[in-house]
Amino acid sequence: MKPTKVETLPIRSGDDVVRVRQRVRALAIEIGLGLVDQTKFVTAASELARNALDYGGGGEVRAEIVQAGMRKGLCLTFEDEGPGIADIEQAMTDHYTSGGGLGLGLGGAKRLSNEFHIESTPGAGTRVTIARWK
Amino acid sequence: MDRIPILKLGGVLIVTIQVDMHDRLALALEEDLTAMIVRTGARAVLIEISALEIVDSFIGRMLVSIAAVSRVLDADTVVAGMRPAVAITLVELGLELTGIKTALNVERGMALIQSRLAEEDGFGGDREAHEG
Amino acid sequence: MSMDGAEVLKRTLIEDEAAILDAWYASLREGTSLQSGRIREAELQTQAKAVYGQLRDALANGGVDADGEQYTLLREALADISRSRAIQGFTPTDTANFVFSLKAPVFAAIGKAHGTDAATLAAGTWAASKVLDRLGLHTMEVFLASREEVIGRQGQEIAELSTPVVRLWDGILALPLIGTLDSARTGVVMENLLQAIVDEEAEIAIIDITGVPTVDTLVAQHLLKTVAAARLMGADCFVSGIRPQIAQTMVHLGVELNVVSKATLADAFALALRQTGRKVVRQQASAEGRR
Repeated sequence: MKPTKVETLPIRSGDDVVRVRQRVRALAIEIGLGLVDQTKFVTAASELARNALDYGGGGEVRAEIVQAGMRKGLCLTFEDEGPGIADIEQAMTDHYTSGGGLGLGLGGAKRLSNEFHIESTPGAGTRVTIARWK
Repeated sequence: MDRIPILKLGGVLIVTIQVDMHDRLALALEEDLTAMIVRTGARAVLIEISALEIVDSFIGRMLVSIAAVSRVLDADTVVAGMRPAVAITLVELGLELTGIKTALNVERGMALIQSRLAEEDGFGGDREAHEG
Repeated sequence: MSMDGAEVLKRTLIEDEAAILDAWYASLREGTSLQSGRIREAELQTQAKAVYGQLRDALANGGVDADGEQYTLLREALADISRSRAIQGFTPTDTANFVFSLKAPVFAAIGKAHGTDAATLAAGTWAASKVLDRLGLHTMEVFLASREEVIGRQGQEIAELSTPVVRLWDGILALPLIGTLDSARTGVVMENLLQAIVDEEAEIAIIDITGVPTVDTLVAQHLLKTVAAARLMGADCFVSGIRPQIAQTMVHLGVELNVVSKATLADAFALALRQTGRKVVRQQASAEGRR
């Protein structure tokens, strides 16, 4: 799997969340995702960007267009240096929230993506990777 | 900081969301609507979202809490014009718009509100509401 | 003194062109491509001659790296041939053999020219092997990619064809589903139906599953999601045509369909008419219309 295009966007404010959405939309169109798939993936990106901002105190997202064999995909890696998640399984549960949200961010992002990977070290930060294939 | 304009038409407050919803903008709208319902004694709120390209859990939560607050203040909330792709995504996301009525467009939304108001006022409407 | 393998191959291809081509033609003639009648001998020979020429030129300029720039033209020519074969329905073997059958004549020619010099013979054979193998694999890759493209397109077409949304009445749509529902197809179904709801400003959509052979948990889930999405948009969705066996299986599987469901499309349509404030009446002698 080799990335053919990489870009990094900061997530420091609410404006950045909107910018991440717009950029992910443009990249999703570039790899030829259909309208519904675009919408799903942009929504997933919005959830994770807001998580990084609200719970991780800000961070950044790396967007990569990847080519695996004949398939094209869009891969997003959200990283923050916040307090991290102690119990990932619990955080993934729908309607569980530590900060007054709806508690659908992580589980929802997983359902809206083809691939989902999360790693977190309490005290050091959280990294969530999602991918959607054409 | 921009705010989303709220129109008043009879006893109905109408909001059309035309921009990519910013979190602060969403919170401001929630506040403005609440204040406006109290000030005008509006009986219903119609939120038109056909321009919204995505509704994530934050915007979804805003809609749900507008509906909850409206209900406390005795007003119905109707969300009109949700795009198919957005609806599919919301279902997949697992977000339920509890307490919100939905309509295909503003016209249908107004008809729905009017029949509800007529019903409540004792004239008897014949349309069933769509519970979101 | 032994020679560089690329040099050996290059010279052999130039000096022995006629003999190699003849042997290659003969080998192609024996292959199954011609017997299947999908291609004429003259066409096959034209392709072979063109490829040979380009291989010779590429070798003269660019050594034996078949992925290199000098081979671009040749790779494109082979890709064209592969693509057309994929579409014409050739087997993978036939397609790959087009290049691989050039090996024997080339090896023979190198053997004839350098039979006494083992080192040169080995170097030349190795170079020929390397180039031709790479080119053969290239044709296969293109062949598979084209096949996959064809399959993908067909899948898309089938999915679209098999989900017609019909308008039963002003504001009432029906989607008669036929065949097995998988996730990919349900996605298309969902999108078509929801888009039709917008286009027709439909208040009610009826999903008729008379033609769906089995309803398992997954299918039920897909149906429920469609219904939920339609509701979010402001339309009601009924499910009709649940056959007795399916109803039983669903109960046994513990599948719950928490939606308005009716036994037949006709029942669902009647309910839809009622809900939109209409009713159907039999015309009396002096009767009024039906609306």
